Amino acid sequence: MAKIEKANSLGEWFDQRLNTTTFTKVMMTEYWIPKDINFLWAMGVLLAVTFKILVITGIFLMMYYKPDVNLAFDSVNYTIMQEVAYGWLFRHMHGVAASVIFLIIYIHMLTGIYYGSYKKGREMIWISGMLLFMTFSAAGFSGYMLPWGQMSYWAAMVITNLFGGIPLIGDALVVWIRGDFNVADATLTRFFMLHVFLLPISIMAIIGLHFYTLRIPHVNNQTSEDIDYDAEAEKYLAGNKKESKVIPFWPVFISKDFAVLGIFLIFYFYLVFFHYNFAMDPVNFDPADNMVTPAHIYPEWYFLWSYEVLRGFFFDIAGFKAFDIGLAAFGFANVAFLLLPFLDRDPDILPAHKRPMFFAWFWVLMVDLIVLTVYGKLPPTGANAWVGFFAAVVFILLFVALPILTKIDAKKRGA
Amino acid sequence: MSNNTNRRDFLGFTFAAVAAVGGAASLVGMKQAWDPLPSVLAGGFTNVELSGLKAGEPTTVMWRGKPIFVLKKSAEMEKSERDLIIGNDRFIVAIGLCTHLGCIPAWKKSTWKCACHGGEFDSSGKQTFGPPPRPLDLPPFSVKGTQIVLGEEGPEYKKIAAAMMA
Ligand code: FES
Repeated sequence: MAKIEKANSLGEWFDQRLNTTTFTKVMMTEYWIPKDINFLWAMGVLLAVTFKILVITGIFLMMYYKPDVNLAFDSVNYTIMQEVAYGWLFRHMHGVAASVIFLIIYIHMLTGIYYGSYKKGREMIWISGMLLFMTFSAAGFSGYMLPWGQMSYWAAMVITNLFGGIPLIGDALVVWIRGDFNVADATLTRFFMLHVFLLPISIMAIIGLHFYTLRIPHVNNQTSEDIDYDAEAEKYLAGNKKESKVIPFWPVFISKDFAVLGIFLIFYFYLVFFHYNFAMDPVNFDPADNMVTPAHIYPEWYFLWSYEVLRGFFFDIAGFKAFDIGLAAFGFANVAFLLLPFLDRDPDILPAHKRPMFFAWFWVLMVDLIVLTVYGKLPPTGANAWVGFFAAVVFILLFVALPILTKIDAKKRGA
Repeated sequence: MSNNTNRRDFLGFTFAAVAAVGGAASLVGMKQAWDPLPSVLAGGFTNVELSGLKAGEPTTVMWRGKPIFVLKKSAEMEKSERDLIIGNDRFIVAIGLCTHLGCIPAWKKSTWKCACHGGEFDSSGKQTFGPPPRPLDLPPFSVKGTQIVLGEEGPEYKKIAAAMMA
């Protein structure tokens, strides 16, 4: 057992039992951050704060929400919105945070891609991050269902039907996932469980993993310089703060994060109080009706790009059914980013503007994602369908071409 | 030493065997916990009276929470192997969920159009455009005079189902 002596302070008491001094050093005061990083690296802290907002507002919503097909709609739209003190605020904070968190995740992801932060030694950071993205997507979708409005219902219908495309077991799988022949009460209660328990707790565990993966290869920086952290940290601790290329996370680096966080929170609460509508589809204020489909179904904005990849293939090609091609493309879209560290064949870590081919690739990808997102919301008829088709093809080709493009970059540089 | 190791190996294998059996058994239990409940499985026969239907105008009835389209074909509508013939009338019975991703297509003049991704089905329930991979599904039914009972597999159903498979 560790040596326990009479403690002179509460801090000491805990330190003897939980080793808190070492813990704060490793986690905060001697967790070294390169000086050369910009505001885009603050997204991690923004995400942590937004997730906290989601958990806390979620707890308050859960106290009045009723997971039952006959009660769910009113418990949200009447009880929470009208009766519970500040219920409307909790709902809008929850709804807006759920939407904004995806915006921040995308910025976080694209920053990582631009600066090559997924490469060589940082693969696990990237993979755990993508796992977080997937669990967040599942959480977002399962939460969208809970108010049991028309969009909730039909979103659940469409998404659960996707599993029907899996060969052989598809149809049985759909019934199993729903617990009924249709999206029904059993479906609602199990999605409720996923949304309020299993997924949040998985997210918390993966966040822990994601933070841990950062401690070993350390965070990347704007020039992708390979920093000797031990040597630089020694300089800093010896008082040579100017020469040292690193600073401690707490309290030095976090001050910058807090500044960015301040701006973000102003933006966030502006949305909550004045534009909460963007996260609430008007169709979802009609109670779910299994006998009427809304004229036009689309997911929340953050799923539109992959939704458009799914429906971009609207005609049969070479004997393959349009449905199967779309489904395969959709599956591809959802794992493509996960494979990024292995598709990028450039041996060096460099920011995109130092890798000409990759730089072009990055911006084409950005434009393509925007096109997919915009057309994902438009009705899939006439010219729209063709734009969607080509954008989906471009998306797939981008990932197929990536190993070649990055190889060319490396060759030109002589690497 | 080897004696001890062997005993421990034996304990290890024994534990692994017990754990594997228990693990597999609990997976089966967990799988079944998500299966439809008996009350859900038992739910549902629906009678539909066909004699009052107007030719060319489909009606929708609900069966097991799903919409079912019943269409009496008008004279100019094409015949197909899935027509249910009762007397002189031809009927199409179909589950009213798009075979793409499950939206309910709407009847526009002489086709069912699915607003979701533009799928279309003709008056025989056959997909004619867009992503739907197969015709509208056939619900099990049996014929009793001028009525059909949804949920029972009658000989007429079996015949049509076989014709659709071919
Ligand atoms: S659900 Fe009907 S076309 Fe997609």
